Amino acid sequence: MSRETILNLVVLAALFLVALAASLSGQPYLVTLATKATILGLAGIGLNLALGYGGLVSFGHAAFFGIGGYAAGILASAAQNYEPLMTWPVELPGTTSMPIIWLTAVIAAGLVALPIGALSLRTGGVHFIMITLAFAQMVYYFAISWPAYGGEDGLSIYVRNTLGTLDTMSPWTFFLISYALLLLVLGLVLMATRSRFGLALAMARQNPLRLTSMGVRPFNVRLTAFVLSAMAVGLAGALYADLNRFVSPTMLSWHLSGELIVFVILGGVGRPCGPLIGAALYVLLESELGRLTEYWQLPLGIILLLVVLFARGGVIGLVTGRRSHA
Amino acid sequence: MTATLLIEQVLNGLQFGTMLFLMAAGLTLVFGVMGLINLAHGSLYMVGAFAAATAAAATGNFLLALAAALAAAAAAGALVEIVVLRRLYSRDHLDQVLATFALILVFSEGTRWLFGSFPLYLDVPKALSGTVHLGTLSYPLYRLAIIIVGIAVALGLYLLINRTRLGVQIRAGEADREMIAALGIDIARLYTIVFALGAALAGLAGALIGPIQSVQVGMGEPVLIMAFVVVVIGGIGSIKGALVGAILVGITDTLGRFLLPIALASVMDQASATTIGSALASMLIYILMAVILVWRPTGLMGAA
Repeated sequence: MSRETILNLVVLAALFLVALAASLSGQPYLVTLATKATILGLAGIGLNLALGYGGLVSFGHAAFFGIGGYAAGILASAAQNYEPLMTWPVELPGTTSMPIIWLTAVIAAGLVALPIGALSLRTGGVHFIMITLAFAQMVYYFAISWPAYGGEDGLSIYVRNTLGTLDTMSPWTFFLISYALLLLVLGLVLMATRSRFGLALAMARQNPLRLTSMGVRPFNVRLTAFVLSAMAVGLAGALYADLNRFVSPTMLSWHLSGELIVFVILGGVGRPCGPLIGAALYVLLESELGRLTEYWQLPLGIILLLVVLFARGGVIGLVTGRRSHA
Repeated sequence: MTATLLIEQVLNGLQFGTMLFLMAAGLTLVFGVMGLINLAHGSLYMVGAFAAATAAAATGNFLLALAAALAAAAAAGALVEIVVLRRLYSRDHLDQVLATFALILVFSEGTRWLFGSFPLYLDVPKALSGTVHLGTLSYPLYRLAIIIVGIAVALGLYLLINRTRLGVQIRAGEADREMIAALGIDIARLYTIVFALGAALAGLAGALIGPIQSVQVGMGEPVLIMAFVVVVIGGIGSIKGALVGAILVGITDTLGRFLLPIALASVMDQASATTIGSALASMLIYILMAVILVWRPTGLMGAA
């Protein structure tokens, strides 16, 4: 096993054990913190598919995170208020069933990502960064000015959604659900990157001309990666909405897109577990610095600057002593 | 709706456009010359506004406030360039995004720490506080002055880049940085000057907008994203493109907010026309950007 694989297993085990220990010793706050790290890590792993493996620096993935969140919020609030979701062309009721909500979130995020990706991928480099940011802002302003779903105030989910007969309101149960989904998505991402598609994606990043000469259009490969990545982020968004039992346009804000990028870079770009490490570190820093000072973003910003300037390759790069990714 | 009202909205759009131009010019200049994407440009705008508000409160003189804004933003820009950003020119955009995102956190939180969370207010200078009468339209003199300042800055930038020695160096730096370094020009100093110039323009924009909006932490972020849209529409690296893009975005946004609800009211009831109209209007410039992108992926004036 490589040092990176060992580190990945250690991190996954540590996350689980921290949550378990916190649950056994009656510290629900810590379990929730671990759940937050899990869900944000899941979002980061999704973004990493486009950003790390595909070299597509999307600064707009908050849009998909928020869409996943709103999918959960809208379905749940319709069900909780006993109002139909829509009455035309067919009458659709809301639901509080998690699997249906996850599926809706994933499909909705993918459907929105398709046109955004198709348009943004006409360009590359710095254009791509700015355009994905602008599209995410478009979704953000739409959510703010559209009054049906709470507008600026957001939507509350009064009781966490249901999964079979499980007690999802218990922090430990909800952690386990999130953790299982994290493992599932991590496995899918690993499978994707090792498949023919993953090889094509790596070549689209390193040498698109060569990929073209092999008879594969880089655009198609990139678009697939972009949409898949958005779907994973959408799933994370739905979980995050359930964790907080609240959705608001903040989930769509460009700040969140920036944070998702931070998770990926902090852990290590193009490393399977990098974003999880990054997210866990970020959540830890946020809660620890937040305890020290009201102005916790100031030291956080300085730490991030130091990481960019001096710790290229992120935490995994530091541990394994290798800068290069995937 | 009368013609007077329409002209007023067009002028508002122009005023917004010139503000966006001041922001976008710096962004596009820094990208064109150094290849750097600077998310912290909005923070320099905020620095300018806070410096102006503080100087105006201390001296009561608006010109001094403007000078303070220019100086503070240029100094902050030069400092950031020397300490952080010059190490990032050779890195990929991802590192630049993260570093400048971190700078936003530092600037915003630092400003909150120094000035608190409450907004500051900047008064319109007495000499510019009246209104001008143009036919049946009376328009605030201050907003007109902003348009004039914007046009003057655009002209000044044009002359600077096309007629001065510094301008030659900037253009040469865009084309071939090794070559101008080989010709004995201190490229590091040139980069610092260009960055400080862009920062000063952002600071000027922040100071000018101060009397219209409130001066508060985070004020630079919406403007920054609009400026990105402008730069994408105009073509990255092109100052002329930034001017065209800024006016286009300014007028589209302002007129969209004004006209869309009115236009929709003719096909639906007033309440839903207002709702749908304002939702659509807030998305309009992004739709404009998407359309232009499909038509010309490198922007209106961008190199193919």
